[in-house]
Amino acid sequence: MSNYSEESILNFLGPYKGNRSAVLRSLQLVQELLGYVPDSALDIIAKNSNVSRAEVYGVFTFYSDFRSTPPAKAVVKVCVAEACQASGSASLISELHDKGYDIHKGNIKDDIQMEQTFCLGNCALGPAAMVNGAPIGRATCAKIFASTSAVTA
Amino acid sequence: MTKVFVSMDSAALSMGANEVAAAISEHAAKAGHDVTIVRNGSRGMLWLEPLVEVETEAGRVGYANVSADQIPELLASGFLSGSSHDSCLGLVEELDFLKNQTRITFARVGVTDPLSLADYEAHGGLKGLRNAIAMTPANIVNEVTESGLRGRGGAGFPAGIKWNTVLNTESDQKYVCCNADEGDSGTFADRMLMEGDPFTLIEGMIIAGIAVGATEGLIYVRSEYPHAIDVLNQAIAIANENKLLGSSVLGSKFAFNLEVRVGAGSYVCGEETAMLESLEGKRGMVRAKPPIPALVGLFGKPTVINNVMTLSAVPMILADGASSYQSFGMDRSRGTQVFQLAGNILRGGIVELPFGITLGDLVNTVGGGTHSGRPIKTVQIGGPLGAYLGEESFDVPMGYESLAEAGGMLGHGGIVVFDDTVNMAKQARFAMEFCAEESCGKCTPCRIGSTRGVEVIDRIVAGEDQAKNLELLEDLCEVMTDGSLCAMGGLTPLPVRSALKLFPADFGIKVEVK
Repeated sequence: MSNYSEESILNFLGPYKGNRSAVLRSLQLVQELLGYVPDSALDIIAKNSNVSRAEVYGVFTFYSDFRSTPPAKAVVKVCVAEACQASGSASLISELHDKGYDIHKGNIKDDIQMEQTFCLGNCALGPAAMVNGAPIGRATCAKIFASTSAVTA
Repeated sequence: MTKVFVSMDSAALSMGANEVAAAISEHAAKAGHDVTIVRNGSRGMLWLEPLVEVETEAGRVGYANVSADQIPELLASGFLSGSSHDSCLGLVEELDFLKNQTRITFARVGVTDPLSLADYEAHGGLKGLRNAIAMTPANIVNEVTESGLRGRGGAGFPAGIKWNTVLNTESDQKYVCCNADEGDSGTFADRMLMEGDPFTLIEGMIIAGIAVGATEGLIYVRSEYPHAIDVLNQAIAIANENKLLGSSVLGSKFAFNLEVRVGAGSYVCGEETAMLESLEGKRGMVRAKPPIPALVGLFGKPTVINNVMTLSAVPMILADGASSYQSFGMDRSRGTQVFQLAGNILRGGIVELPFGITLGDLVNTVGGGTHSGRPIKTVQIGGPLGAYLGEESFDVPMGYESLAEAGGMLGHGGIVVFDDTVNMAKQARFAMEFCAEESCGKCTPCRIGSTRGVEVIDRIVAGEDQAKNLELLEDLCEVMTDGSLCAMGGLTPLPVRSALKLFPADFGIKVEVK
């Protein structure tokens, strides 16, 4: 995942050369390519988009999707918003906590990372979760770990 | 050949619809049955997912909550001919939940194959666009104005008036931006429409473009909706291939190009000006208004910004005429509203009805009360910035003005039900916490007020100098309401104040709440 060169990123961002409005899109592309946005990529994007590094850094830190370190093999998003609160997300979150996952911190353990999210749009079948983009309705610890084990195995 | 429908809506997938579809393919082939599986959108009866429908001569027969390991047994029982079984619902369209709805925007969702343009046309699609192409832009705008359609994103601004402003503003370039950053908890209608009937949204956007003279359209979808993004991109590719999009829409003189842009996990980007900043590749910082985006929008150009539901109501209005749409609803709330029943609810999902049904009928009669079986304590309407209402508001008819009178807000039509185990001090604290987390930080009342709000609520709950701290919280709420740039800080006091007013005991309050 960390095997990249400035040249390969620049090639990847080629279509956006000189495009000042492509900073967000460029960050998204780098994260799709590498799984995260390494610090050096901020300079590359700044150069390619013809904006300052500070502007790129500002965009990078504004959006919660971006990560500065590589993600775990399985990234679990757990909804903490109202509809899932009404459907018992608090007890799910505390069970996950007992298993060593603090969704508010997003720590990695055994190739699994659990993160909080505000709404996955599955509000009638809460608690809602998502494992590497695959949705889980009426989520339980058992359902979540069955799904992560399929990814981490 | 038997047609079997298994939804590919995210909610259905979250309950195992892919595994069910795969099992049907596998076991039907083994048993020598000729089966075609259609991956449709969801009917919106989410508590029944995975719902499997089998096409029979009498109509589509449904089987509820089907699991992959049940398939051999269902096949053996003859479900491909619609035979009875414990999970059999009978004819899906005869179920009360569906039969009693007025599906206009959601007419095709769950019925058709979302990615079949032929299916779309066979079910009334493109009729509105064909009519629009033959009309003058001013007449299209007039039709939308006459229909009474108001912005379904939450603000309720008349769509036709917004379009008229853009139409009458001279510019070398104009844009149509669809706000599909559906971040409010308890709302999922935009997602379900994009996944279940994307051509309706595409058609609505093309009509908007023709009406105001815009040739570029952008759909801003939140990254939490990977499946919707995928379906939209496929649908746009199909629309391009079939000359629905591009330099000559359906062979006309109008050009329209459409592109999906993906958000990056920011709630405030659902606010229209923050969305514009994000579309320009920047931090999602709210802009001061005026100027309104209809005059100075994306890249400084006149821009129509509408929600998915607003734009998706447009094809029907142009197909059947303004008066048809206008004939539904009550007072100044015309047409239908796609309500979303969410949270602790027995029958959660999509309920499209004319404005006017009471809140109580929606959550109790249609929704069946709570999923937990306990009494309802409160409902929150309109997302995290909407008020909490108690049972005393259950006779309020659902409409923009009627809800506002009751101290609530319709918002995007999401209704989150809570049972009697909820602690409202926690909910009030969460509202402030959420605002602190998601504030763009541009204005002080929102950025700092939300953090101070959490602290003050904590002190009230801890019983510290309650009278003084309640006064402080009230003062803070007033400053946030009046002093914030946008609805993020401006409406956060709504859930806080309503929770406090309705349920002071949850805050451990021993003094009188003003």
